[in-house]
Amino acid sequence: MTLNALIVACGWEPALVPDPEVEVSGAYVSDLLSDVMAHCPDGAVLITVQNHTNSVAVCTLVGAPAIVLVHNREIPEEMQAAASREGVALLRTTDDQFHAALRVGKALGIGVGE
Amino acid sequence: MSTSDSQPPIASEERTTLGETDNDPIVLLELIQRLKVRDVMTSNLVTVPRDATMQQAQELMRQKKISSVPVEEKGRLFGLVSIDDIIRALVAGTIHESCGRHMTTKLVVLEDDMPLSFALRYFDRYHYGRFPVINRDRQLVGIICHRDINRALLVELTQELHRLEGASLQKDGDDGSGSLYLLREFPICKYDFENAGKAANQIKQVLQEKKLPPKIIRRIAVAAYELEINLCVHSDGGVLSWQISNGRSEIVARDAGPGIEDVEWACRDGASTANEWIRSLGFGAGMGLVNVRRVSDEFDIKSKKGSGTTVKSIIYIEDKAS
Repeated sequence: MTLNALIVACGWEPALVPDPEVEVSGAYVSDLLSDVMAHCPDGAVLITVQNHTNSVAVCTLVGAPAIVLVHNREIPEEMQAAASREGVALLRTTDDQFHAALRVGKALGIGVGE
Repeated sequence: MSTSDSQPPIASEERTTLGETDNDPIVLLELIQRLKVRDVMTSNLVTVPRDATMQQAQELMRQKKISSVPVEEKGRLFGLVSIDDIIRALVAGTIHESCGRHMTTKLVVLEDDMPLSFALRYFDRYHYGRFPVINRDRQLVGIICHRDINRALLVELTQELHRLEGASLQKDGDDGSGSLYLLREFPICKYDFENAGKAANQIKQVLQEKKLPPKIIRRIAVAAYELEINLCVHSDGGVLSWQISNGRSEIVARDAGPGIEDVEWACRDGASTANEWIRSLGFGAGMGLVNVRRVSDEFDIKSKKGSGTTVKSIIYIEDKAS
């Protein structure tokens, strides 16, 4: 599924979307950046509370195309600038991590019927 | 006429002029060659005309807290009134007479486009406290003293230090046997979260340009990132070196302190000494070294409390059997 289609399906606020057509394979939920480095699959969106430049750096390294900030967390200017520079999408939702991940699962048909 | 013969010398002492020994740092030697007298001199000049009285010169020197004043008219330098000249005038009762009569006239001057090394030799040879500076048209353009030189060298050396600290070493090529050879060094500063991850990102970009397999790239990027963050979070600052040669990637994170008390404990999953605010940024989960060891084919850590830590991660990028 394209990122754009996932944004529409999940009802996320698109704060920055450098490439709407990039393919999304799933989601990874974590607030620990080392955990993201260790386990986030390539092509997954990162669902997190970490609203700073280091989350962008980690996404760049693991090949995560987008960060979904839960609880409608603010996006600091430096984070916006870093994401723009690195081509990482920034999305916001009022959901918590569980419900944000649930929406991704539904949109991608992951876990349905398991 | 009681005109002084020459500029007053400063106290003589045993000294070695900068640039005259083989022991001076190369950076310093280059600086004193590169800097011109005009880069160092004071050009905001306080001067008096020839018909000013010695008392006026003395008052000016007192107000401006200077130890000599050039006698100048329309850019032409006629002489210099020094504290010695003032004392001499006071003793002789000529303090109300003109500077033109009692100034020092035999002057040694420097030209503004001379290298600083030349000026340093003049200071050493003549033992004067200051030299007037003239330009090619023989116009007075400044005055130079030891303090000007010290200030200029401190500013230049600080800039040079910043440049050297910020410079990333870079060497590319092959290792002689046709294998890829790369070398990069990244200085990492303590708590510089703004730039944390940039070294790892650069490493990843280079590997992508060299078209290495994505799985290998990710392993190297993970090791580089974790070691970079460790330097940023836990050390007093250090250097992340990355080298590719002989078909393997070698990342070395080296710092000068504070060192790890229990290395074995530090390498356990979840072991962390990070404080709350570092944890709030998503760091300090105690997974960093575990991640590095997990992605590495060879892993080594050496540390001692009170001194530095060196962590090495080796990842094979070519099949060892091939």
